[in-house]
Formats: sequence, structure tokens, C-alpha cells
Amino acid sequence: MLAKRIIPCLDVRNGKVVKGVNFEGVKDVGDPVELAIQYNKQGADELVFYDITASYEGRGVMLDVVKRTAQQVFVPLCVGGGIATVDDFRDTLRAGADKVSVNSQAVKNPKLISDAAEIFGSQCVVVGIDAKRNGKGGYSVFINGGRVDMNLDLGDWVKEIEERGAGEICLNSIDTDGVRGGFDIEMLKFVCDRVNIPVIASGGCGAINHFSEVFEQTNSSAALAASLFHLGELTVGEVKDYLKKKNIPVR
Amino acid sequence: MIAIIDYGAGNLFSVKNALDFLGLENKITKDPDDLRKADRLILPGVGAFADAMRMLNESGLVEVIREEVQKKPLLGICLGMQMLFEKGYEFGETDGLGLIKGCVKLMQPEGNLAIPHIGWNELEKNEPCKLLEKCGDAEYVYFVHSYAAECDSKNVAAYCDYGMKVPALVFEGNVYGAQFHPEKSGETGLNMLRCFAEL
Repeated sequence: MLAKRIIPCLDVRNGKVVKGVNFEGVKDVGDPVELAIQYNKQGADELVFYDITASYEGRGVMLDVVKRTAQQVFVPLCVGGGIATVDDFRDTLRAGADKVSVNSQAVKNPKLISDAAEIFGSQCVVVGIDAKRNGKGGYSVFINGGRVDMNLDLGDWVKEIEERGAGEICLNSIDTDGVRGGFDIEMLKFVCDRVNIPVIASGGCGAINHFSEVFEQTNSSAALAASLFHLGELTVGEVKDYLKKKNIPVR
Repeated sequence: MIAIIDYGAGNLFSVKNALDFLGLENKITKDPDDLRKADRLILPGVGAFADAMRMLNESGLVEVIREEVQKKPLLGICLGMQMLFEKGYEFGETDGLGLIKGCVKLMQPEGNLAIPHIGWNELEKNEPCKLLEKCGDAEYVYFVHSYAAECDSKNVAAYCDYGMKVPALVFEGNVYGAQFHPEKSGETGLNMLRCFAEL
């Protein structure tokens, strides 16, 4: 049986891991390669680098971070942020990423998903989604870090993502992101019920029991968290020990 | 020196990164002389069986590989493992290297499990194998594949369970094959590479 994955997410700006992206005041919390090595030692099943620089110079710095990490960390690496073309996919994979995550650009140009899946294989195409309740009993997809409502129904979007050959969906709930009150169980269920590809839960994790909650109550394959790990409130190892006690299969 | 065979398919650098990290001398190469000089061979591979076999045939390295595995260990990884078998059935029937008896077919797991099989899955040891000497009883390794080998249990060092018994690590004489990616399987995978270097 597949293990449920615990994935620390590192927001990287100009080659530094930062926290507080969604709050005022962005602070450096360290060197991404060093943090990646630490998380790897703690038993992280995968690492996500999210490039929030989104500038041409920043891109090169990011690829260098990926390259240096891939020389020292031997678990899958996923890289996202500012990915807009098949060439961006190629550069990122060449630097040593195993997966590339695309979000806003996939909404604007869904063909990017199918093109990348065809050229590089479904396994390396992750589609990130920022979604929010629309007040009418459904969910809408947002882009540009949750700022722009695309009037796109989440249910329609996840089906299209799967049909176009994406390997995974990383679902971030804008409603729970930053609140630290737990993952968005309802929204995750909604998506897991509609697709057969793995769903990564993101947004809202603030305590250890939120990890067991999301695996017990939804079919999510993985749980992603950032500040909880960066601030040293929990280690990946502690989360896994806790899940083992709850009989949730982890590595 | 470990020769990482470069025939145009797949990401060779993650394998190289892992060997470099372990301090194991290695070379990415398509030169037959390097394969002869090497004391171990690694056959990586990502993509589709038919394409990869075509590229391997066109590289002119097939005969050298066949000769050299009489003398030294070979490790096939992922698609490289699948190519060790006699036949593959991805995009029609294709002859493999035939170094291990069996064939490679599309996985048909029970319980509507998703294909490809992606993620960390647990090894269940079967036949004793030197590559697993540093590996505990229920360690996890990282898989990414849609096709799986069908072969005699005597050639299987470890299976994993994914709605079916999937041969995860296979061997026959000098020839070893990992369906998973040891270079992406954390310490467990690195330990297998260490064992391979000590064969």
C-alpha cells in the first residue's frame, strides 16, 4: 500500500526561504538547500520549492537552488512558481526537479498541461489550484496567488486537469490558508470524489492532529505544510510518529 | 568505475548525483570501451519500452552489454529494469534484452487504483539478495511506473503491493533490476546503491 506523504513546502525568494508570504512582512528563514537537507533527514517524502520571485534573474537563482539540492537530497523534488511554458518545464527538470507544479498559467492556457504531460510524462506534471467557496454552494478557482477570480468551477477544472494528463493536483484552499485551523476537509473531499489522480492537501495546517484529520476524513495522498515546519513547531519526524500511532501508513 | 549507460532515454543526472554523493566513481557514457573498462554498469531509463529499446539498439551497445554482464554486475533502474526482460508490451510487442526470463505488461491492479503507480511503497522481501543486505524488513522506496514485470518468483528479491504483487527488485546472476528509483528513495535507496558497489 502506498504511504501517505508529508511534504514541506519552501517558499523561495531570491534564493532564500521566506515565511509570511500571505501576511505582512516577509522574513528570511534560511538557506533552501540547508533546510531541504534538514527536512530530508527528518523523513520528508518529497520537497516543494515554490519560487515567489517570479523574475528572470530569480529564475536562474531558483534553478541553482534546485541543482544544489538534487546533489544532496535523494527524495523527489517538486518546483513551482512562475512556470508558463514547456521550456520552463524542461529547464526545471534539467536542473534536477522530478516534478513541476503549474498554477495560474495552466488556468490561462490549459494546453500547457497536456503538452507537458505528453513530452515529459504525467508523473512530473503537478497542477496547483487556489480555490475558494463561491457563496452558491460550490467553489471557484482563483489565480495570481488567490487574487483573481476566474469564474471557473472547481469541479469542472479538476476534471479537465485529469483529462489533460496531469499526474497530481495540489489543492490549496484560500478559505483555510493561513488560518491554521486545519485543512479544508470539505473542499478536499469534493475534489477527491471527482478525480482518480493523487490529491495533495494544502492550506490551513496548524497543528499535528490536522494531519491525521485530513488522511482519516479524505482520500488525499499527501499533506503539505510550510510555516509549521519552518518555525520549528513540528518536525516531519514527529508528524510521522503521530500518524503511525493512528495507523495511517507512512514511510 | 560505474558506467551509467547513456543511450538517449531518461534522466541520468539523478543517478549520477546519488553515486557522486556516495563517493562512487562513475561516468555517464555511450562509449563501448567505457562499458568494457567499467567494473559495474547501470542502465537507467524513463519513457516507453519500445522507444527506449529502439534507442538502445541504435546505440550499438546491446552486444557489449550482453558480453559484459557475463563478467560484471548490471543494475537496471525503472524502465532500465523492464528492458532486462524478454518482451515488453507497451505500444505493441517489443523484444527486450532477455537477461531475465519474463515480460512487462500494463499493470492491472484491483480496487480501481490509479495508474501510474506513483509514490512510496513498502518492500516485501522474497528471495535473499545482496542488494537488500542493508535493508530492513519493511522499508519504503519510491515508484513511478505504469507497467510491471511478470516473472518467476525465484527472480524476485522483493515485491510491493499495489492492488497486485508488483516485482520491485529482480535479479538473475550478475543482473539486477529495480522497478523503483533507488536514487530517489532516500537512505534505503542509497543503501542499495552502496550494496551494488560492494558486489
